[in-house]
Amino acid sequence: MATPTHEERETPTAVTRTARPGERARALVQSRAFLLLAIAVVLAVLVVIAQVRGVGAERLLSLAAWGVMLGGIIGLGSIGLTLVYGVLKFPNFSHGALVTLGAYFTFTIIAWLPQGEPLTPLSFGWEFPVALLIAMPLVGVVAMAVDRVVYRRLRRQNAHLVLFAMASLAMAFFLRSLIYIAWGPDFHFYYPGRPNPALTLPFNIRVRADQLFILALALVLMLGVYALLERTRIGKAMRATADNPELAQVRGINTERVIAWTWIIGGALAAAGGTMYGLSSQLRPEMGFWLLLPMFAATIMGGIGNPYGALAGALIIGVTHQVTTAFLSPTYGPAVAFVLMVIVLLVRPQGLFGRSGG
Amino acid sequence: MMTLALTKALLLILPAVLLALLVLPARPWRLPVAIPAGVVLAFAASHALPSGILAYVVSFAIMGSVYALLSLGLNVQWGYTGHLNFGVAGFFAIGAFTSALMTVEAPTGVAAQYTQMAFGLDLPFLVGVATAALVSALLAFLVAIPVLRLRLDFLAIATIGLAEIIRLIFQNERWLANGPQPLRGIPQPLHCLVQSQGCEWLPTWAMALFEPLSARDYPLIYLVIITLFVAVLYLLVERACRSPWGRMLRAIRDEESSAAMNGKPVTAVRIQSFVVGAVVMGIAGALYAHYVVTIDYSHFHALFATFLVWVMLMLGGSGNNRGAVVGGFIVWGVWSGTAFLANAIEPLLALIADDLPRRAAYFRWLLVALLLAAIVLFRPQGLIREEKRVSRYLGE
Repeated sequence: MATPTHEERETPTAVTRTARPGERARALVQSRAFLLLAIAVVLAVLVVIAQVRGVGAERLLSLAAWGVMLGGIIGLGSIGLTLVYGVLKFPNFSHGALVTLGAYFTFTIIAWLPQGEPLTPLSFGWEFPVALLIAMPLVGVVAMAVDRVVYRRLRRQNAHLVLFAMASLAMAFFLRSLIYIAWGPDFHFYYPGRPNPALTLPFNIRVRADQLFILALALVLMLGVYALLERTRIGKAMRATADNPELAQVRGINTERVIAWTWIIGGALAAAGGTMYGLSSQLRPEMGFWLLLPMFAATIMGGIGNPYGALAGALIIGVTHQVTTAFLSPTYGPAVAFVLMVIVLLVRPQGLFGRSGG
Repeated sequence: MMTLALTKALLLILPAVLLALLVLPARPWRLPVAIPAGVVLAFAASHALPSGILAYVVSFAIMGSVYALLSLGLNVQWGYTGHLNFGVAGFFAIGAFTSALMTVEAPTGVAAQYTQMAFGLDLPFLVGVATAALVSALLAFLVAIPVLRLRLDFLAIATIGLAEIIRLIFQNERWLANGPQPLRGIPQPLHCLVQSQGCEWLPTWAMALFEPLSARDYPLIYLVIITLFVAVLYLLVERACRSPWGRMLRAIRDEESSAAMNGKPVTAVRIQSFVVGAVVMGIAGALYAHYVVTIDYSHFHALFATFLVWVMLMLGGSGNNRGAVVGGFIVWGVWSGTAFLANAIEPLLALIADDLPRRAAYFRWLLVALLLAAIVLFRPQGLIREEKRVSRYLGE
C-alpha cells in the first residue's frame, strides 16, 4: 500500500513559472497564515457566542488561563506522541494509556512515601513532586518494554504501518485492562477533600495554586525537552531520525538506541501530563483515552514529528476547549479537538509547522 | 397438532442450513450436504437440548450474527480497501439509535416525563433499518471527504475520535435519545407471532404453526430474521467484492499509484467502499437495537464495539468475507466463554487480594488484547487467507 506523502501531493508553490489561478488560490488556502486565521476565526466565533450567552469577559479570561494550563497537560502528552510518530512513523494509540498509567503510578508511590505538610497554598506536600519524579522514568521504562516486546518484532518483520497502529490499539486495551485490574474502576484523588482555594491574580483572573504549579512544571519540562533535543547528542540523533531514518542510519546513528530513548522520554512526559491532569481533576481509568484525541489533534496541528509544533497546537486546543466550556458541557472536549483537527486536515494537512510543498 | 419442539425445529432449519453452508468448504457438494445436515441439526437441537441451553445458544447466535455483520462491514473497509477504521462503535451506535428513534412510539402523558426523545415516529421495523443504513452512510460520507484523501493513519485518528464524540452526544443530549438514561421499548419485528392473539394478516394454517410459541421463545423468530439479513448482506458484499468494483478496491489498496495510472478514480472509490462498510455496520446497529429492546450510550463502548470487531476480522482473515463472519462467531464465542473463565478464577483472585475478584471481568479485556497483539505479531493474515483470484472467469 503505497501512501503518497504530502510532498508528492502538494502543488508546488511555483516561483519560477506562473501558477494557474486555481493553484495560486490553493497555495493561499494551504498557507500557514490562512490556517492561523481560520483558528483565530474559530476562537473569535466562540468568544462571540460566549458573549451572547452572557458570559463575562473576566470569566472568559479565567477560562483562557485554565486553557493554557490544560494546553500544558495536553502538550506534555503530545510531545511523546509526536516524537514516536516522527521517529517510528505510526500513530501510537496506547499513548493515552501511558498517560493514565503515569497518574496511577504517582498515586501509588505517594501512598508509600511519608506524608509531608501541605506546601500552602498548594494542596500537596513535598512527597508529590518526589513521587512524580519516580513515576516518570517508570512509565518510560514501561513504554520501552512494550516497544521491545511488540513493536521491535514488527520492525524486524518490516511490517506495514497499519499493523503497528493495530498493535498499538491492542496495547492500549492491554494497558487499560491492567490499570482496571490494579486500581479498579473507581475515581481516585491524590488528596481527597483537601482545600485548594483559588487565588486572585491581576485582571481578576481566578486560578488555584495547583494550576499555577502545573503550568510552571509544564514550562520546566518543556525547557528540558528543548535542551535535550537541541543540546544533547541523543536529541540531535532523535531529530535526525524523525526527519529521515535512512539518512540517519547512513550517518552512523544507532536507530534502535534512538527509538528506545524516544519511548523513555515520551513515556516520562506522558506520565507527567497524566499526573498533572489527575491533580487538576481526578484519576479515572479512562482519563488518558479522553486526552487521546486532543493529543492527536495537537500533534497533527503542529506537524507530525515536531515537538514545538505539538506544544503550540496543544495550547490552542487547550484554550479553545476551555472557552467552549463557557456554553457547552465540558465533556465535549474531544469534540472541540476533533473540529479543530478537521479544520487543520482540510486546510493544511501537514500542520502549522510542517514543511509545505516545493 | 403442532408441538413446541417441532415449531422450534422448523424455525431453526434456516439458521442451521446457513451455518452448515458457512462451515463446509466451497465444493460442488456443499449445498446438497448442507441442507440435510441443517435439517438434522435443527431437529436434534430442538428435541435433544434442554430449553434453557437452547435459549442460550439462540441468544449467542443472534449476538454472534450482529458481530458477524460488523466484521463484514469492517472487511469491506479494511480488508478490501485498507481503511483503518477505529470507529466501528460510532457507526454501530448511529445505526442502533437511528432505527430506535424511527420505530419507537413517542412517549405521551406521564411517560414523557421519564423518557425524552426526538422523532419517535412509530415506523415499521424495515423502515427503521433502512433509515439506519442511510444515516450511517451519510455520516461515513461526511467523514470520508476531509479525511480519506489524506494519509491512511489520519482516518484511524479521526474515526476513533468520531466514535467517542457520537457516544458523548448520546450520553449528554437528553432531548435526542433520553440522555444518560436508557432508551426503552424498541419494538421487535413480528412479535405478534408469539402473542396469544397472533398476527392479523397471517392465514389460519400459519397461525397454527406459531401457536405453541410463547413470548419467551421470541428470540427464535429474531434469529431467523437476523440470519436472513446476514445471508443477504453477505451475498451482496461477496458479489460486490468479486465484481470489477471489488477488484478495483484491492488494486487501490495494494498499488494506489498504479491504479490511479490506469484511470481508476482512487478517491471516489475509497469513499464508496468506506460508505458501503458503514452501511453494513449501521444495519448491524439497527438489528442490535431491535434485539436488545433497551439501549443506552454504554453499549457502544470502544471495547465491545470497535476492539472486539477488529479482533474478529483479524482472526478470521481480513480480505475474506467468510473469514470475517467465521471470525465474528469465534471471537464472540471466546468472549462469552471468558465470562465463565472470569467467574472460575474469582476464588483464586480472592487469595491474592480482596479487591481482585470484583475486577475479574477485566481479565477478559486483557486476554482479548493479548489475542489481537498475538494475531498482529504472528499471523496477520488470519485463519482464512485472502483469495488471490476472485474472478470466476480466471483460470488457475
